[in-house]
Amino acid sequence: MKFEVFVTLKKEVLDPQGKAVENALGDIGLNTIKNIRQGKYFTLEVSETDENKASDLVKSSCEKLLANQTIENFKFNKI
Amino acid sequence: MKANVIVFPGSNCDRDIKVALEKFQIHTTMVWHQEKVMPNSDLVVLPGGFSYGDYLRCGSMASKSTIMNEVIKHADKGGYLIGICNGFQILTETGLLPGALLRNKKLKFICKYVNLLIENNSTPFTSKYKKNAKIKIPIAHNEGNYFADEKTLYNLQNNEQIVLKYCDENFNINDESNPNGSCLNIAGIINKNKNVIGMMPHPERCVEDILGGTDGSGIFQSLLS
Repeated sequence: MKFEVFVTLKKEVLDPQGKAVENALGDIGLNTIKNIRQGKYFTLEVSETDENKASDLVKSSCEKLLANQTIENFKFNKI
Repeated sequence: MKANVIVFPGSNCDRDIKVALEKFQIHTTMVWHQEKVMPNSDLVVLPGGFSYGDYLRCGSMASKSTIMNEVIKHADKGGYLIGICNGFQILTETGLLPGALLRNKKLKFICKYVNLLIENNSTPFTSKYKKNAKIKIPIAHNEGNYFADEKTLYNLQNNEQIVLKYCDENFNINDESNPNGSCLNIAGIINKNKNVIGMMPHPERCVEDILGGTDGSGIFQSLLS
């Protein structure tokens, strides 16, 4: 079973990389694009046939390693 | 006194800290991250470097290493534990210290001497310094921007867990003297039990005049006292 995971910085955490990307887009004339926030994207496969069990494992992997919940949020979908 | 220095793939200040510890007659053993058992020691050091190439988040992989079970047990028993630079990042990733270390605000790797204010000298790691003394120790990091939510920062202040703050030559703690954007100019914090400290500056690089200074010596002398 395949999943995709998105990890993003919490809104109260500054994202200087996102800001730098936004500035660079401005430099190439795309200056109407604002509020860029950079995050991480993972795809993963779970060798489990029960979707609920697989979701629990993905959630656990996010909580334990893929995201640091002090600074990041995560969400995931089956794909 | 005995110390263990944990070596992760990508650690690069492990031998520097061994040399510094041995200068102060602290018997030091290097311990590989895959070991299941750690020799008994008074002190454990998580050294600086780029464990696991800083993949995912700095310190995140190292915090899940086999040896970390032993390191956490050592800390839970009240043993001294220091995380320097990448070691500080590992400590926040394990949850032994609160908060997280983000990319430097200006997105640049910073390698230079900084002024630090000793905010708390009643810890086993800083007792040889005077309170509110200013010391000069180098930093070398890309992710030293300490972040914690307001409640955590409030608790850190209330419990006197902030040990080191970035300041300028005139002891000013402000945005100008903050090299990396850290909340409250924080350079080092300690846990509530006062046996686990994390710091971005490198005291091990600052124990020989020939290398530019000896202000880092106080950390090792404090441990011995």
